[in-house]
Amino acid sequence: MKEFFFNITWIIPVFPFLAFLIIILFTQGNRKLSHSLSIGSMVLSWLVGWGVVFSAVATPHLGEHPIHKSIPWFETGTATFEIGYWIDPLMAIALFMVPFVCLMIFIYSVGYMGYGTDEVDPNYSRFFAYIALFATGMLGLVISENLLTLFMSWEIMGLCSYLLIGFWFQKNYDDPDKITPRQAGLKAFLVTKIGDLFFVLGILYLYSQAGTLSYADTLFNHEFLAHLAETPALPIFGGWSAASAIAVLIFGGAVGKSAQFPLHVWLPDAMEGPTPVSALIHAATMVSAGVFLVARIFPLLNIVVELDHHNPTMALIAFIGAFTAIFSSIVALAQNDIKGVLAFSTISQLGYMIAALGIGAYVAATFHLITHAFFKALLFMGSGSVIIGCHHEQDMMEMGGLRKKMPRTFWTFLAGGLALSGFPIITAGFWSKDEILAHAWHEFLHYGTASWPFFVWLLLTIAAFLTAFYTARQISLTFLGKPRSQHSEHAHETPNSMTIPLILLAFFAITLGWVGIPEEIVGQGNNFFHNFVGHEYAATPLSIPVMLLSSGLALGGLGLGWMVYGRKPLVAGQLDPLQKGMENIRLGWLYKAMQKRFYFDEIYQAVFIKGSIKLADLFYNIDYNWVINPIVNMVGTITRGISNIFNKFDEKVIDALVNITGLSSVKLSDLGGITDLKVVDGIVNGIADVTGWIGENVLRPIQTGKLQNYLLIMLISMLAIIGIYLVY
Amino acid sequence: MLVSVLVFVFASLVTLGAAVAVVTNKNILHSAFYLILAFVGVAAIYVMLEAPFIAMVQVLVYIGAIAILIVFAIMLTRRLMSKDMDQKNAQWIPSALGSLTLFVVLGWIVYTAGWPAQEGAMPAEPISQLGQDLLTTYLVPFEIASVLLLAALVGAILIGRERETRSAE
Amino acid sequence: MSIPLNWFLVVAAGLFCIGLYGVLSRRNAIGILMGIELMLNAVNINLIAFWRYLDPARLTGQVFAVFVFAVAAAEVAVGLALVIAIYRNRDTVVVEEIDLLKE
Repeated sequence: MKEFFFNITWIIPVFPFLAFLIIILFTQGNRKLSHSLSIGSMVLSWLVGWGVVFSAVATPHLGEHPIHKSIPWFETGTATFEIGYWIDPLMAIALFMVPFVCLMIFIYSVGYMGYGTDEVDPNYSRFFAYIALFATGMLGLVISENLLTLFMSWEIMGLCSYLLIGFWFQKNYDDPDKITPRQAGLKAFLVTKIGDLFFVLGILYLYSQAGTLSYADTLFNHEFLAHLAETPALPIFGGWSAASAIAVLIFGGAVGKSAQFPLHVWLPDAMEGPTPVSALIHAATMVSAGVFLVARIFPLLNIVVELDHHNPTMALIAFIGAFTAIFSSIVALAQNDIKGVLAFSTISQLGYMIAALGIGAYVAATFHLITHAFFKALLFMGSGSVIIGCHHEQDMMEMGGLRKKMPRTFWTFLAGGLALSGFPIITAGFWSKDEILAHAWHEFLHYGTASWPFFVWLLLTIAAFLTAFYTARQISLTFLGKPRSQHSEHAHETPNSMTIPLILLAFFAITLGWVGIPEEIVGQGNNFFHNFVGHEYAATPLSIPVMLLSSGLALGGLGLGWMVYGRKPLVAGQLDPLQKGMENIRLGWLYKAMQKRFYFDEIYQAVFIKGSIKLADLFYNIDYNWVINPIVNMVGTITRGISNIFNKFDEKVIDALVNITGLSSVKLSDLGGITDLKVVDGIVNGIADVTGWIGENVLRPIQTGKLQNYLLIMLISMLAIIGIYLVY
Repeated sequence: MLVSVLVFVFASLVTLGAAVAVVTNKNILHSAFYLILAFVGVAAIYVMLEAPFIAMVQVLVYIGAIAILIVFAIMLTRRLMSKDMDQKNAQWIPSALGSLTLFVVLGWIVYTAGWPAQEGAMPAEPISQLGQDLLTTYLVPFEIASVLLLAALVGAILIGRERETRSAE
Repeated sequence: MSIPLNWFLVVAAGLFCIGLYGVLSRRNAIGILMGIELMLNAVNINLIAFWRYLDPARLTGQVFAVFVFAVAAAEVAVGLALVIAIYRNRDTVVVEEIDLLKE
């Protein structure tokens, strides 16, 4: 049975791809058939996927001996590229999450896109085709056997992300400053492309060193990695080793895809897409691909640390992650859009994972990756349910009191929110976040207070507190108190196709953490997750102070949030207490900055976009006004000067000669005049008449001025010439 | 043998059929899409002629660049050509007859001429050989082609550019 | 080589003549350009076929085909720029209305 699943792993991404092709080519007119195909293909992928996952779990020592198969795909010159699949614990973990979450979101989309109601989306079938293609990309990325196919899947997802964010491309807003879905899609595409450029450079660099891109020969070949860590990189990287240069370049791709600072600006705007897309792409799967990639190249990072202790690579990664985590959780405090809060919380949680990888907590990062995917998908779909229930209202200030009206959504959203804020013991988020914090604490004890792990730990801990606070704020504003607008007054629970996936995901958001409870608590050797994923890495030691601290922070944040927003719920028109409080202590400007996302969009607009326009203007001026035109003018002036000289020559010399000739001709013609008049004139006039007649009646009509007439005549003449040639 | 003949016939029919659609379709945008299909067919023929590199360049240059450019141009100038407008000009009948005659003549020449088939093996690595040739034997034409492309690029920008001065005059 | 050379040449000739017909009969300037592209493709098929059947040892045919690609790219870039310029100045892409040559 195991062999069977391992042999058919390749088929997993094929199902959704077929569904995509069939829908886009044939069944666009039939909504029911389209979504059945999409969901059906995902069910098959999910079944095979979990078959592979459980077979992998049952295989001992999979971490040391990954299973991989590949076939030659294409050759160019002497190089052969292969396509195949790779089964190792990381892949199995991702494969546990991706098809299941995708399936839940697909089912949810049926309700969200309004199937069977009057509000059904006009491009309903196309939506299902796109998300099927997206699933193809994500599954392909997870199972791929080399960096080339990984990159291809990566770009398929980028394309789908663009198509799906801009899915409502015809939407326009009255406010010209509000970004439209069309612009948001473009922005996401372009910003992630910046990261992808670095990724490609990293892949090329790796290829130039290894001559192959398969994992087996590069990332999992210890000798090669050691060699790479000792090779100095190109001079442009300073004194780094090739290994760290490649790692940093590939990490650039993850920065773009996982929306890390400074390329985080696209993700909040990506919320313009339909909510299932936000859940699918911008919370659970695609943005995790960046983290997955960094986890994939973790052996490379590890070798850098082992052989080159003073290397800034890991510190850089950890810092970017930690900074992103704290930065975006601060911004999330002041967002009023229900999806906006979740967007920034996603960025912040991805920052956690990146930071975890940066401090070497491979197991903790993958653990958080998987738990986060479940609860964040749950939260997004919950918010989508709220949006549909409130008749497309997204402003939390206009909601309130939905607990009674949408009970299923409320309870599942609560489960997701508690998991996100790390509610102690019972939620999945607690165990995974705690493991990251414990590892950071451990590293910081190892390096001392003045070291970078200390700052990483500090930033992550503060971010944990803020996370709990804004989660409490969001739940209180949305569900507690009294309705603050007509929309929430008339809210209704959403159909089963939307709430059942919520319930299933809520189950995992609570229970999934139990596979990774530290072994000190449950007894030796029982931390199943660690044994499976990171056998070769040392376990993070349990740290009671950290666990107490993070429990305290989570409870404290939730409690404070409830004190501020939940105890005395807002009434319609009331100012956000946080804003009021900050204005009272003269921090109103800071709140404004938080609400405006610290003006990053404006800064990028001013620096990069305006800057490139200015640069283009400059080059235009250089080209056109300062160089080309002067040259052309100069040539013109010189030519005119020369022609003036010739003109003078003409007037003075030639005219004189002509005059002389003329005079002598007059004399001569006087002599011949008599004969001329009678004979020659007759002939000349005759010729002129004939020519004139031919010109008027034969040649002028032919000169139509129309190109194609001339061409046709050319063809006929050419045929005639060939005919003559062939006949004789 | 039989398979390759079938593949060849199929590719040729697709190419020629698509080409006919290109020149006869009333909707110029559909013509452009048929043009892409015709290019694909030609690429398949290159593959049958064991010139995979040329086939790949065909796909990249013709489909990836030229066809897309044409689609762009059609969309930019679309306002004027409504769908039900006649796409044939007045001389289409003589043109068709002329083209048909040319085809008959060419076909006759092809079948009567005896081609001096030479036995010779293909180079072991045709693609690297091609690269070598381009940079040694055919270096001058190669450079001229690059100058031509540059000139075409500059020319296209210059011609296609919007002239701001015109309105001022 | 199971397929005779003649077959390729006849297909190329057919493609050439179809393209020629397009050039001669289309009213839209872009249609004419598409016809020219078909003709250039026919030429390339000929070049490659002759190379494969008559002189496979040397790559002259392929080299020529590459040059045809370059020329075609240049031609279409300039051609489309011209079409757009004419469209902008004279508000037409119908070739019959572009007859300044007569004046």
